Amino acid sequence: MEIVRSHRQIAAAAAGGGGGDGGGGAGGLPTYRVAPQLEVRLEEFELFAIDRLGVLKGIADGLSRGKRPEEMEKLVNELWKARMRHQDPAETLNKDIISHFVLRLVYCRTEELRKWFLSMETTLFRYRFRLESPESQRMLMSEFQLPYKALPHLEFEAVKDKLSQVARSIGQSATVESVFFKVPFEEVPDLVASRRVFLSKGYAYVAMSQVVSLVVTQFRCNISKALVLTNRKWMATIKEQEKDRLTPIVEALSNAYFGPDYSQPKDAVEISLKDIDQLARTSFPLCMRHMLEKLRENHHLKHGGRMQFGLFLKGAGLKLEYALSFWRAEFSQKVGSERFDKEYAYSIRHNYGKEGKRTDYTPYSCQKIISATPGVGDHHGCPYRHFGEENLRAALNKMGVSGHPLEEIMDKVKNRHYQLACTLTFEAAHGVSCDTGINHPNQYFSESQNILKTKNQAVQSQPTT
Amino acid sequence: MESSIKEKCPFKIDIGPVYSVDPAKRHAYAQSGNNVFVPVERELIFDIDISDYDDVRYCCSGADVCKDCWPLMTIAIKILDASLRDDFGFNHILWAYSGRRGVHCWVCDSRARKLNNEQRAAIADYFRVYKGGENTMKKVSLTGPVLHPFLARSYTDVLKCFFEDKLLLSQQLFASEERYRKILDLIPDENIASELHDRWQGNRRSSISKEDVNATRWEQLKTTLQSGKHKAQGLRRCVEEIVFSYTYPRLDMEVSKHMNHLLKAPFCIHPKTGRVCVPIDPNNCDDFDPTTVPTLSQLLGELNAAGLHSNSENDWERTSLEKPIRFFRTAFLQPMLKACKEELESAYNAKLQQSKNSLAW
Repeated sequence: MEIVRSHRQIAAAAAGGGGGDGGGGAGGLPTYRVAPQLEVRLEEFELFAIDRLGVLKGIADGLSRGKRPEEMEKLVNELWKARMRHQDPAETLNKDIISHFVLRLVYCRTEELRKWFLSMETTLFRYRFRLESPESQRMLMSEFQLPYKALPHLEFEAVKDKLSQVARSIGQSATVESVFFKVPFEEVPDLVASRRVFLSKGYAYVAMSQVVSLVVTQFRCNISKALVLTNRKWMATIKEQEKDRLTPIVEALSNAYFGPDYSQPKDAVEISLKDIDQLARTSFPLCMRHMLEKLRENHHLKHGGRMQFGLFLKGAGLKLEYALSFWRAEFSQKVGSERFDKEYAYSIRHNYGKEGKRTDYTPYSCQKIISATPGVGDHHGCPYRHFGEENLRAALNKMGVSGHPLEEIMDKVKNRHYQLACTLTFEAAHGVSCDTGINHPNQYFSESQNILKTKNQAVQSQPTT
Repeated sequence: MESSIKEKCPFKIDIGPVYSVDPAKRHAYAQSGNNVFVPVERELIFDIDISDYDDVRYCCSGADVCKDCWPLMTIAIKILDASLRDDFGFNHILWAYSGRRGVHCWVCDSRARKLNNEQRAAIADYFRVYKGGENTMKKVSLTGPVLHPFLARSYTDVLKCFFEDKLLLSQQLFASEERYRKILDLIPDENIASELHDRWQGNRRSSISKEDVNATRWEQLKTTLQSGKHKAQGLRRCVEEIVFSYTYPRLDMEVSKHMNHLLKAPFCIHPKTGRVCVPIDPNNCDDFDPTTVPTLSQLLGELNAAGLHSNSENDWERTSLEKPIRFFRTAFLQPMLKACKEELESAYNAKLQQSKNSLAW
């Protein structure tokens, strides 16, 4: 077993601070201000992180399914209990703090990783805060320098109507929350500026949910800064120092998240050129259908589209030679085959890892596609997000989706649950339910293919008369 | 300071913040790198210019003001004054005529003076409803099923009756196609807008007097918008949005947001009009008439007519400035001085107490 002592010091240095406890907070909700002076065994280093990662993944999943706050609260509670809780609360706290700091090492290394980690940890904190007792919450509030006192009942009754009015004016339900804080308006400028609080004689009446926001905002800010510092330390010293011990573990952990990335199409499924149009009709998700249509129409796709669609085809099983023929067949109608060979062939080969630094690029996940910013002349991105309502309806109609299912999809879109909308489309197009939800276009494709294969087999196995 | 003013004879006096070091010596500190020369205290101020309302007043434009459009300033004073007192708890508020086409507001409470830029911006945003710009027709957007209590109160107490009883008529808002088109442009539903447009276009010059046209058409518009059949999302607050567009105060956000913004001192002479920037009583602002504000030449005349007296200290009592100055002193200055004194005393006592405590054996 490794020498625990030296490891602890590195962990402490890595996480951007030494000394102090991990900020045990009251009631066991740490704020992770400083790395703890704790002993960590190497197996725990990895196992604790994996368990916490499971919680964060579960949260990501819940969010992408558009779960309401009450549902998220329940989900977080269950995930935490299942993966993190120990009989001994001191052990739980230990695991909590250690796993957080280990994951900081894992997720500090790129902008995308930092964003994801920050988002999930903040959400985790938000719901754990909501689950804490009022005294615990109050103690945490003072730790974040928000030492507010709850409104006494009589005062609350006096302003209840106004509080209800404010809630309704910002689109919340009329039944007002029961806990409010009377705070000098100077301390909540954002809430004042957006008229989200009732003001009277210099005091703002802040709802508990808004205080939670203030706390969470501070938490988020702290972790964000810490991640940047951690990254610096990682790049400067730790990565090299630990290249035989912690670094491999850290790097393996970050890959563990992305799950099936479709970089190597499994089952050696191949698709051939003549199949593409047929496959598009039956098994492509809307984003890819649209791009194929536009490619056929214009004999061209701009860079964003070439990347998103090209990588998708690769993940679906289109071999490099076929890919080159495919794109050449279309592009040469617009720019000529010579220009194609000169200007476009290289990047297709690049996508397959045959040029340059030979990275075999992974097809984009839904999350990445949704966050794209298509501009003039672009057809990539997520149609559920980037199409106007009329265009989306028309596109879905062409897929054969209409009536009640279509309205359900449009409703999801209005509430910005784009992946749910795509999942519903999948269900409407295939007549089966999709419990896991769609989070990758290639997933859509392979699940669709599986269903059709099963259907075919069922048909074939029926006795012919 | 009086001798300094007599000696330098300034054109006008602008007031800014109190700084951490003597502004005259600021260059000496510039080398140290850290921001040593910073504003420390400054009143919370607001500046409202009637030229910002040019798109909704037809009687004047630019720097001109008349009895038909000045009431827009009166309305602004009423709404902001009430909110500054009731919502924010401020007490020492001075309103002053800007000398030509607007009003200034000086909030002088200690709490207000200590606000930082972010807090000032927050207050300005709290008051902000009109979001101008070239690219939208509709500049007032009141979302949500009900209005925030501040906006609701402003509407029911002040804006609604001002719009319906005064402005409709004084600005003839529906009297011509060009004018009513502007209002119809604020309705998000094309069908309703064209329905009303067609109805009024047919009705052009009837025998009814002008008053009726504006009031009648407004009633028709309200009825149409609030009737049961058009319950679309965007229409919920349309009537209020129209009223707010035409009447709600339009602040100059930049003036309020930064501590270092300079603002003309009360009682200065406006260089272009010669009028004195006299205080306005918010409780009687309906009576304020910018066209009767004393001018410099008028004051000179009054002083000369009164003749010279040995006690020149109270010459102002014999001029038209008598009332404004008395009002300034009793309604604003004396309460302000009293409050400052009380603050100093309690701060002193607190310090005394603190040192006593630390001496306890």
